[in-house]
Formats: sequence, structure tokens, C-alpha cells
Amino acid sequence: MKKRILSVLVENRAGVLSRIAGLFSRRGYNIDSLSVGTVDDPAFSRMTIGVTANDWQTEQIMKQLNKQIPVIKVAELLPEDSLIREILIIKVSATVEHRREIKDLADIYKASVLDVTQNTMILEVTGSEKKIESFIEHIRTYGLLEMARSSSVGMQRGTASF
Amino acid sequence: MEGAKIIIGSIEKHGVDRVFGHPGGAVLPLYEALRNSSLTHVLTRTEQGAAHAASGYARMTGKPGVCIVTSGPGATNIITGIATAQADSVPLVVITGQVQRDRIGTDAFQEADIAGASEPFTKHTYLVQDAADLPRIMNEAFHIASTGRPGPVLVDIPVDVQKEDVQAENDPSINIRGYKPVFKGNRKQIKAAIAALEKSERPLICAGGGILCSGSRTPLNIFLQKTGIPVVHTLMGNGAVDMDLPNVMGMIGSHGHLRAKQALKESDLLIIIGARISDRATAGGHIFEREKIILHIDIDPAEVGKNIETHIPIVGDAGDVLIYMLKHMDFTKTWDWKPSRTPSEAVVPMKSSPDRLDPAVLLHHVSEKADSDAIFTADVGLNQIWAARHITMSGKRRFLTSGGLGTMGYGLPSAIGAKMAAPERQVFAVMGDGGIQMSLGELGTLSESGEKVVILLLNNQYLGMVRELQDNAYGVDCRHGVYFKKGPDFVQIAEAYGLKSAHAYNMESFGKILEQSLCGQDSWLIDCRIDPKINSVRRF
Repeated sequence: MKKRILSVLVENRAGVLSRIAGLFSRRGYNIDSLSVGTVDDPAFSRMTIGVTANDWQTEQIMKQLNKQIPVIKVAELLPEDSLIREILIIKVSATVEHRREIKDLADIYKASVLDVTQNTMILEVTGSEKKIESFIEHIRTYGLLEMARSSSVGMQRGTASF
Repeated sequence: MEGAKIIIGSIEKHGVDRVFGHPGGAVLPLYEALRNSSLTHVLTRTEQGAAHAASGYARMTGKPGVCIVTSGPGATNIITGIATAQADSVPLVVITGQVQRDRIGTDAFQEADIAGASEPFTKHTYLVQDAADLPRIMNEAFHIASTGRPGPVLVDIPVDVQKEDVQAENDPSINIRGYKPVFKGNRKQIKAAIAALEKSERPLICAGGGILCSGSRTPLNIFLQKTGIPVVHTLMGNGAVDMDLPNVMGMIGSHGHLRAKQALKESDLLIIIGARISDRATAGGHIFEREKIILHIDIDPAEVGKNIETHIPIVGDAGDVLIYMLKHMDFTKTWDWKPSRTPSEAVVPMKSSPDRLDPAVLLHHVSEKADSDAIFTADVGLNQIWAARHITMSGKRRFLTSGGLGTMGYGLPSAIGAKMAAPERQVFAVMGDGGIQMSLGELGTLSESGEKVVILLLNNQYLGMVRELQDNAYGVDCRHGVYFKKGPDFVQIAEAYGLKSAHAYNMESFGKILEQSLCGQDSWLIDCRIDPKINSVRRF
């Protein structure tokens, strides 16, 4: 069993998300992450679905996805030739004496500062799941107040596209 | 044109001559259009009965069965029928009424999210929001239901969409980007299959329901004759193989024939055609994968490799693949091997009380007396297994049953639908006393239709299959909830519905009643008193 990321191009209309999500749940596969957004043609959406599965299960999931009529194409995004990104928005406790340190840490992770108040800062960082985890671990020491994290979005490198 | 007229016009255009339904407020405009159309409407007594009757009709005509029900409870009542069709790959177009558009999502009277609720059990669903989409959606619904692996498609239509007047295109072409079923099997793969077969010493064919769905019974039987390869079939594949052939080994699965199991064990190559190899077909064993090469031919790529590992997968229509194989194979070699152990499964009457019948003997007798193109439907339970094992599927006989979902109450309405599709053929509905009580109202549909169906009610006053399962799992002293202490007098019920009916307590009386029932144009219900001790399979 390992973590997989599937990229699924679907028709953009009501009920499609529930049909896809329902397919996973009724076959006993847990969705680790799911993100959906329209592509350049608003008639279609791309779903990036994270799932923990072995090779056989992944093949079954992909076949079942392909069977769905609103599904146009399915591909597994293999880590070696794909880019997978998440976005994190995090609010930390930031007193005046720690603000500089937090900014320096943010620079290392190429995070941007979205908001500053007397006692807090909101930061935004984009990157791989590993990078986001690492950033959270470091920033936690200052006092993590709130966070919102997206699931993965991704695509294959090179000319391959759908 | 009014939405309702577009819908009815589309059904007519697709060559379906009757619809099965149960109306309500949310389909009134549709029923008005129906009244003014060439279509015959069959008023079933339940919505589930409408779906099962449409299923029987579809399985006999090869065209999608159409049913129309109202919104809310009408729609939820039909879900079991839809799921039954999905499990057995039966093409259905199910039209449900929906509350008017501006009330959707308000928990309006008789509102149910049927598109959402039925989505796991359908091949596809539509909620129509604009009457202008109706010509396209109806065309797509018929196309999706009947092509590739057939299945049910649900079209949910708000009542105001049915009344809406629109300029509709006459014949919009079908182009569904996400739906392109593969009909033609990959030639290279088929050649690889032929090469593997030619090297094999003990090949075996396993024929499933896909043979019947795809209409490839003829090429399969020619293939069997030319090669002599032994063949087994699944429950859904019953009737796909001509039982007169010497190489037929019988049915596989938990209630199958020992000879079929033995053939599976001893084969070195297995060609599975149009079968999904369900847990009941494998009977929990691994004889399928035991040191043999497996070829799997199926139109649904998701079935290939799902339940057993496949060495040579072929995605395509069974008929296309078989015809290609027939053209490209060298038939100088034949493979008429036999399994080394061929256990006897001859029917020996049980020694039971003189007023109780043995279902095996009874069904063998029916099998001898029935026409060679008779249609048998079976309900679910012991009656189904007995029917599958003891009715010989020679000639053009057909066997319709709910194999996948195992839906009790399927046998009677599907027999009505099948008879309407093939009025010139004899139709028998083999029922249990449990299943018929789930569809008693359909006796009224049958009576009203004027069509003739002979109902063989195998009455043992038990939910016999569950009784058997309980006996095996917990012991005979632990039966619970399976005995009908107050079984009704089915003869009186049938007569109340205007059908002919009689009790049969022994073979002598049964033989006479059967003979009587086969003459004339009347439907019959024969209440056959079956020995309640008899199990699904007898081993000697």
C-alpha cells in the first residue's frame, strides 16, 4: 500500500463529485485528499484525488473511474514525473520580538505574509506535502492558532496533457 | 413541442412498443402524452414490479425496457428494480417524475433526490433542468442503456419540464466524450488467445450472461461444436449453451454441478466469456486460478482482472471475438477431453410423504413437457437453484432470474414482461412461496394483461434457502424467522385475481394439472406442495 495521486478530468456538472466520491466509498477505498476545480474550458473540471492503495487496487479504482460516463480521462500522477502541490494558510502567534524570526523562517520556505496584527501573522506557503509538514513543524514553536490546508493538485511534467 | 411529447416520441422512435409504470401527480403530463401515443401502458401493481417486468421485456427483445413512475415514493420504490437490472446488466430506461424545478431542494411534497439515491445502482443518471435538453438526453439514455455493458439509466424529469413548450431538434447526434465502449476485441490479443488455446491440452470455456446480452449464443455454440471444448456456465449463463451438446459440464458455483467443478479443477486453460466471476460463481474456492492460463473476454474492462487474475484479457463484444476466432482458428485439433472424476448427480426422488412433491422430479417433468423455446423465469431462493439445475436448457429456451442482486419477487413480473415481448412462446414462472408474497399484486397485472403465464409455485412454507443456510450455519434446532405458520391459500388468491389455479400434492395430480394448464389461453397458478426438508443441492 502506498500513497497515490490520481488526476481525473470530468464533466463539470451537478452530481459528478458525489458520483466519484461515492464510487470510492462504496468500494471501500478511503479518499486521502480531493481537490476539484474547473479547467480552461468551464465544461470540465479536474479532480486530483489522493488514495492509499496497492497496485491492484489502483488499477481497479482507475477502471471503475473510467467506467463513469462523466469521466473523460484518468491518469496516475507518478512522483518521479509529476508535480504535486498543496497550499497552506496558517495563523501564528507573533509578538513584536518574534516577528523578524518568523519572517526569516517564512523566507526560507518561500512563504508569503498575508496579514500582520499586533499579536498574529498569517502566512501562506505552497509546496509538496513534505515541505508543508516541515513548515508547520517549525512555525508551531511560535504558537499555532489556526490553519487551513488544501489537498493536493498536480500534473505531469513535459508534453503529456489531458 | 411539449416536453412530455418529446419523451414519449423518443420512446416510440427507439422501437419500444410498451412501457411499464405506475403513475402519480409528478408524471401526469407524461401520462397525457402517453394516452395519445402508440405505446401500450402496462399498469403494474408496484413500481418495483414495473422495473422487473421491463427487465423481462428487455431481456427478451434486446431493446431497453422502459418504465415510468412518479416522484418521491414512486421513485424510491423502483430502486430495487434498478439495482437488480444493474447487477444483471439489463438495459432499462427509467423515467421518474420530479417536483417542479423551483421546488427542488425545498423538501416539497413527494420530493426525493432520486438521481442521487439511484446513482450507485445505475449506469448513468440525468436530472433534466431544461426541456430543450430532452431530445439529446433521451437519445443518450437509450444509447447508454443498450450499448457496451447494458444497464439501467435513470432520467428524472420535473413536472414543469414535462409541460414546457420548446423548439426541439429532431435528431441530435450522440457524442458523449466519456463514453466510448469498445465493441471490437483487440486482434492481437485474440491471436494470442488462439495461440494459447492451440497449445493447451485441457481447455474449458465458461459462458456467462454476457453471451445472452450480446446475442452471441449462435457463434458460441458453433465454436463449441467445432472444437469440442468442454463448457461450463454460470447461473446467468444458463441458456447460453445448448445442453444437447456432449461437451456441456453444467453450472459452476456454490449451487453448481460437481462435474462442472471437476472440469474447472482439471482444465489447464480457461476461457471466460461474458462472466464477472462473482463470489457465488467461484464458491469461495480458488479452483479458477489453479495452475491454468486464464483468458477473459468481456465488454466491460473493469470486469477483466477484477475477481481473478487474467493472463490474456480481451475487451470487446463476445460475438465479435467469437466470430473472429471462428474465422482464424485451425479446427483440425479438437479438445473433447472429459474430467477424470464425473460424479453422478442423477435425480433420485426423495423418500418423502405421499402428499409432498420433490422439486427435482417435478421440474424434470416440466422440462420434458415444455416447448423447446419456452421461457422460464425463476425467483430467488431454493426455487431458483432447483430451476437452474433441473430444467434442461435445450433448443432456444431462455432462463431469466435475478442472479446478481438476488431479488425476491423478480420471477412473476419478469415473466409478464417476457411474455409481452414474446407472446408466441410458452412462459413459466418458477416461484417460491416467499418470493410470490413479495409480488402478489402482479397476479392482477397478469390477469389484466390477458397473456398466459404458468406459475409453478414451489410451496414449502419456508424461506427455504435461508432455512438451509441457518441449518448449515447454526444447526436445525436454531431456525428462526423462516417459517410461514399461516401460509395463505394461494389457489384462492389466484382465483380472486381471475386466474386458474389448483393445488398439487403429488406427481400424479401435478402431471394432470400441468397438462390442463398447457392447453388453452388461461394463466395458471399451480400451488405445488414441496417437501420442506429438501435442500438446494443433493449430493450422492
